[in-house]
Parts: sequence; C-alpha cells; structure tokens
Amino acid sequence: MEQIKILVGLASCGIAAGANKIYEKISAIKEQEKLNFELTKTGCVGMCYREPLVEVIDDTGSYLYGEIDDVRITEIIEKHIKTGEPVKEYIVKTDLFENEDDSYCKNQVKIALRNCGVINPEVIEEYENAGGYLAVKKILNNNISQETVIQTIIDSGLRGRGGGGFPTGLKWKFAFNSKSDEKYIICNADEGDPGAFMDRSVLEGDPHSVLEGMTIAAYAIGATQGVIYCRAEYPLAIKRLNIAIDQSRAKGYLGKDIYGKKGWNFDIYVKEGAGAFVCGEETALMASVEGRRGMPRKRPPFPAVSGLWKKPTNINNVETFANVPYIVLNGAQSFNKYGTEKSKGTKVFALTGKIKRGGLVEVPMGISIKDIIFKHGGGIQGDKKFKAVQLGGPSGGCIPDYLAETPVDYDSILATGAIMGSGGMVVMDETTCMVDMARFFLDFTQKESCGKCTFCRIGTKRMLEILTRICEGEGKEGDIELLEELAYQIKDSSLCGLGQTAPNPVLTTIKYFRNEYEAHIRDKKCPAKSCKKLITYTVNPEKCTGCTVCAKNCPVNAISGERKQVHFIDQEVCIKCGVCFSKCKFEAINLS
Amino acid sequence: MRIQRIAIENREDNLEEVDLSQLDSVIEKFKNKKGITIPVLQAVQQIYGYLPAKAFDLLSEKTGIKKSELYGVATFYAQFRLKPVGKHIVKVCHGTACHVQGANIISESILEALKIADGETTTDGFYTVESVACLGCCSLAPVIMIDDEVFGKLSGKTAVNVIKEYQLKHNN
Ligand SMILES: Cc1cc2nc3c(=O)[nH]c(=O)nc-3n(C[C@H](O)[C@H](O)[C@H](O)COP(=O)(O)O)c2cc1C
Ligand code: SF4
Ligand code: SF4
Ligand code: FES
Repeated sequence: MEQIKILVGLASCGIAAGANKIYEKISAIKEQEKLNFELTKTGCVGMCYREPLVEVIDDTGSYLYGEIDDVRITEIIEKHIKTGEPVKEYIVKTDLFENEDDSYCKNQVKIALRNCGVINPEVIEEYENAGGYLAVKKILNNNISQETVIQTIIDSGLRGRGGGGFPTGLKWKFAFNSKSDEKYIICNADEGDPGAFMDRSVLEGDPHSVLEGMTIAAYAIGATQGVIYCRAEYPLAIKRLNIAIDQSRAKGYLGKDIYGKKGWNFDIYVKEGAGAFVCGEETALMASVEGRRGMPRKRPPFPAVSGLWKKPTNINNVETFANVPYIVLNGAQSFNKYGTEKSKGTKVFALTGKIKRGGLVEVPMGISIKDIIFKHGGGIQGDKKFKAVQLGGPSGGCIPDYLAETPVDYDSILATGAIMGSGGMVVMDETTCMVDMARFFLDFTQKESCGKCTFCRIGTKRMLEILTRICEGEGKEGDIELLEELAYQIKDSSLCGLGQTAPNPVLTTIKYFRNEYEAHIRDKKCPAKSCKKLITYTVNPEKCTGCTVCAKNCPVNAISGERKQVHFIDQEVCIKCGVCFSKCKFEAINLS
Repeated sequence: MRIQRIAIENREDNLEEVDLSQLDSVIEKFKNKKGITIPVLQAVQQIYGYLPAKAFDLLSEKTGIKKSELYGVATFYAQFRLKPVGKHIVKVCHGTACHVQGANIISESILEALKIADGETTTDGFYTVESVACLGCCSLAPVIMIDDEVFGKLSGKTAVNVIKEYQLKHNN
C-alpha cells in the first residue's frame, strides 16, 4: 500500500479558522503513536466556508474533510488512518461518492489556482513535480524567441486580472519595443479591493507560479530585475514569497546566468506596501517603490516607456502572472478555449458577504452571475432574498438581482455600470441598505484619495457628506440630483482611476435602487432596516416573558430587567445590532 | 484624503525619552541604497511600535533624507503611527465583506467594552484599537486581528469575549 498523505490547508483563512492547531495536533498524534503517514501543509483549497480543511489521500482516492476540530480530527485518525475507513459525515468532497458540496466545485476550471490546495507552497520540488518551471525550460530548450512568447500570450487572449483588463501580450510588446539596457518587471500584489483575496491565495498557495510567470515576462521583454509589491497586511504571503525566492535562487532559477544560460540575469525581491489603496495604481505603485508618497502621475509616458526609475517597466497583477506558465506550457489554445469572444480563459472570484458558501471559485468567463451565486455559492445565507452583488470594489458597482443573468465578461459587466475589477464579489441580501453601501464606499475612497486632484479630494468628501446625511434621515429633495452632478464632475476631472471610478458605487445604486434613496429622503425610512438613525429596537411588554436571553446577548449591556420581569432597552446605549431581535424566542422585540 | 496635518510642536512624545542607539543598525543596513524611505520608517516602527519625533531628526541627519520628505511619507501611508501605541494592537476589519456582515457592531462593542474611541489606547496601555480595510479573510467575516492572530465569524458579544480572553492570556 502506498503511504497515506494528510494535507492541512494552511493559508491565512485556514489559520484564522484554527488550522494551525489542527496541524500541530495531527503532528503530535503521529509522533506519539508512531503512525506511518505523510503530513504536509498546503494552500487555500477555496472552500473557505468549510475551514479548517484536511485532506486525506490513500490508495482508494482523495477525501476532503471540512470544519475540522479536535474531536473530528481524532476520530478521522482513529478510523480513516488506522483502519482505512473514511468518516463519511465529515467529508465535504471526494471523487468516490456524491456530496452536498459538489455543486461548489463542479464546472470550476482551475488554471490560476491549479496548485492551490494541492502542493506544499514552501517546497519548490512539489511545484516542479506538478509541472512547475517546465514552461521556462520549454522556452530555453526549444530556443523560442521573445516575439513568439509574446505572440503566444496575445493569442491566448489573456487580459490583465488587476481590474483594467488590458491585453497582457500587447503590454509586453510595448515594453519589448522600448530600447533600454535596464528594464523592470513588477508584480502588483497590492490587492487593494477590500473584500477580495484571490491574489493572497495565489501568493500563499502557489508563490512559484508567480515567480515563473514573472521570469517568462522578463525573458519576453528583456528585463533584469523584478519587484513584487505586496501589501503589508499579508504577512504570510510575504513570508512564503521570500521562501520561494530563496529556493529559486538556490536552484539557479533566479540570479545570474539563470537556468544555465550565460548572460541571462534576472532576480526578484519583495517590496512591502505601507497601507495606501492608491498604491495599487501603477504609477503610484512605482512612486512608492522608489520610496516616495504614492501619488499617481499623468500618463503618457506609460510604464512600458518610462516606469520604475524611469526605465521601461511592465506591470501585471498576481493572477495574470499565475496564468502565464500554464499558457506557455500548454499553448494559447489551452487557455482561449474557455471564455467568450472578447474575454478568454478563466477568472477567480472571491465570493463573500451574505452567501452560504463563501470562498474562491475559478470559472470560465461568460457564465452568469446567477450561476456563481446560486450554483457555486449555494444561495443566500438564511435563505433570505438576494438583492444585489457588488463587483469591482470601490471602483465598481452594484448589480441588482434582476440582472443576475449577466454573464461575467469584461464588456457585459461594464454595460451594467459596474466593472469586472479584480474579482471580489460581495453578495447582499434584503437586509443590506444600498444607500449605506454607497456611503461605505465613498467613505473608503474619500479617505484613500491621494489629494492631488481637487475633484477627487473635495468632491468625494461632499458626496460622502450628502450620503451620510441621507442615511441619518436628514436628506433633502434634490440630493440625488446633486450627487449625480458631483459624480460626473469627479469622473471627468480626476487624473487616475481612483477618482475616475469612485462615484461608480453611487451611480449604480441610484440607477438600480433609486426608490431606496427616495424612501430615506422623503419618508425618513430605511427599507432594509439597517440605517441606525432610522430604526429603534424596543421591548413589547405584552410579549416579553423576562427570559433574559436578550440581556445576556446584548454586546453593550443596553438591556436591563429582572428574570421573569419585562425588560427594557436603553436607547442611549443601544448600538442597534439587532441581536436581541434575532435571539428573542417570543418575538417580543419590536423593530421600527 | 491621505494627508494628516500635524503640528510638530504638538507631538506629545517630544519630551519622551527614547533610546535612539537602536537606530544605528537600521541606518547601517540601508546606507547608500536607493528608494529606502519607506523601509527605513518601517524598520523604525518595528523597533518602537511608532515613529518617535526624535527618530526623524536623527534619521534625517544620518541618511540625508530631508525631514519634510520623511514626514511626507510617514503621514501618507496608513501603516505609520506618530503616537505611541498599546502593547497589543486590535485591528477591526472594515472591508466590504466585513461591513456587510456587521463590522460596525464589532467595533462599537469592543470600543464600548474597552471604554475608548477608535484609534485610541486603553488607560492600562494594553490595547490600541484601529479600523483597517480587509485582512484577506473575508469568507470569515466579520474579522478582527489581535497582533498576528486572526479571529473570524464574530458577533458583538463574541468579539468582546475574544478581547477579554486574549488579555487574560497575555497579561503578564
Ligand atoms: C486606484 C487603483 C487601485 C488599483 N489597485 C490594484 C490592485 O490592488 N491590484 C492590481 O493588480 N491592480 C490594481 N490596479 C490596476 C493597476 O493600475 C494596473 O492596471 C494593473 O496592476 C495592471 O496589471 P494587469 O494588466 O495584469 O491587470 C489599481 C488601479 C487603480 C486606479
Ligand atoms: S484621482 Fe484622486 S487618487 Fe487619483 S491622482 Fe487624483 S486625487 Fe489622487
Ligand atoms: S439591538 Fe443590540 S445593542 Fe441594541 S439592545 Fe438589542 S442586543 Fe443590545
Ligand atoms: S473584508 Fe474583512 S477580511 Fe476582507
């Protein structure tokens, strides 16, 4: 019998759910009882809603166990490892029989995520055994020219995954055409969209694929230095990248005369960001790498002509780079057979919000939003009504339920007023207030504006003030029109993408949920019952049995009352969290 | 806007004694390299937990980077702090996913329990509470991070419990 293998998903999401302790526990039992199996770490499997995840591979197949705790792991070791009998109740995925979660995985096509949750990201050999670094070697062994590599990427139809969707091959061609003795490759790992974590998962789960993608790009354009600009909030990603870089250097894949090719020098280092959303914008990013304030500048000159340290620079997103080795190794057709006419290949989405199964899905472009939310995501938490989905983060927009058939490709999404963005999909249900969402995003962009352009700096602030007023029941007739006017002015007079897209969340919510704005302004009501100033929670004395459940669960101790006596909510203290409302078994809490 | 206005004379720690000898190794490490402003400040903050006013004077003198530039960078990026912080930092995520799942309630519950406002430090100097945007664990929203440890799927009540237990565990 082949040795049994146990993999523990140890990405940030798994660790947050307690996977480290599970790993240590398995390791301790293994040690203590001298059990014979291989224990290894891996990245994010994508089924974040079932974390912590443990996969057992034996000679009958693979079994993925979910929501593992101390009790479950002990049982799995006792039964599955010792007697070879899988513990069916805890299995979330296996090829051997059907499972409730199968629809989450079905129809996913993993290209960018091909190794995430499969290999140990801290061991270069595992990446190589999975076909890693074969793409670079293919180029060198067959003397494939720079032009041919670029043409392959153009033919694949790969477009930038960082949000802009610019054809990657074309961008490389521009940088290739710039003549210079020094060129740079930058990997944009700033992942600024709050609510998106695709890039983090790739960096933590398969850092070598990004290094290989960058190396191929370096070959194609003739670059000698690579920089990965990673946000500081991702310490594990930074750690694993540095491990991967050290291993690659040791193998001669980075440094001088790499892959044994005389005169081919290329090295990569990681630059930590310092917390500024605008640094995701390419010219601001380069200013930040140079050690300055991250303020965007006018383009042209484009980075391909004058970028980092004024040298030709090619900048791509993490997921873009992760696709590259696959395309080069398997040919353009292996990628462009998926997707639509203008949006080829697959895209990773981070499903979050009020969704049953939150996590990462990689699907062919062109499938509908509805399929992603209902087939993969399993629908809305608590079977509430699906209201809207936010795509593209602060630069994007809200797509309402009745447009759920919209296919996910760059152009169809753009037609709704949202943008594809980097792949964050935040799902909202009937309890989410759309005016509050717009206010939330404006609050974000207003804080993150670099301050260079007047309209972006002050216009967003004015918009935020109006939205805050509306949410607090102080809205006036004409506010909506004023918001729209400001929105178009900001779009027209901002230098960079931040300002140009900042009004999008407001414009799309006005477009699709104008009635909610009007209810706030005219009736001083929040239809979603979420805006704090417009709701109150009170105890209905007729129904209250004095069970004390509400008082025990109130996070701020706003509820007082003796056992078996009617309770009372102190409105001064209440933060309107709604816990008492949902916990009371006697429907004695009124929401008005 | 990403610019904080600070009046130098108001910097509370101006009189505070900080051991500046620790800066020598930082200056040594980054000497004569280009694009070092951010990494230098990050290294200084690593030592003190914040950027002491006196460190700016010394850094400027030793590296030749203008003080205006150091302050410009330090006030631009959210990571840098100009005030001393508590022993442990609580970061409450206010990214989109966490917002939708009730991040405000988490913040308000924690701040109410600790009797401080956002960005402040508790009187015992144990916690500083900050709001941040997205810790990358959105599927576990709402999420908080204490030092390097992430806690997810919280409610107001459980968040307060986590804070209290963490303090008990690390209070020595
Ligand atoms: C305000 C702003 C923030 C951005 N943030 C990111 C980001 O976090 N990650 C990213 O890859 N691209 C981001 N971009 C897009 C980049 O400017 C750039 O287009 C991208 O990195 C190019 O790579 P790609 O062609 O592979 O997408 C941002 C753009 C703007 C205007
Ligand atoms: S649009 Fe906004 S973020 Fe962009 S350069 Fe102008 S002020 Fe800065
Ligand atoms: S809504 Fe929340 S804060 Fe207010 S009384 Fe109920 S449980 Fe307490
Ligand atoms: S939005 Fe809170 S972790 Fe991403």
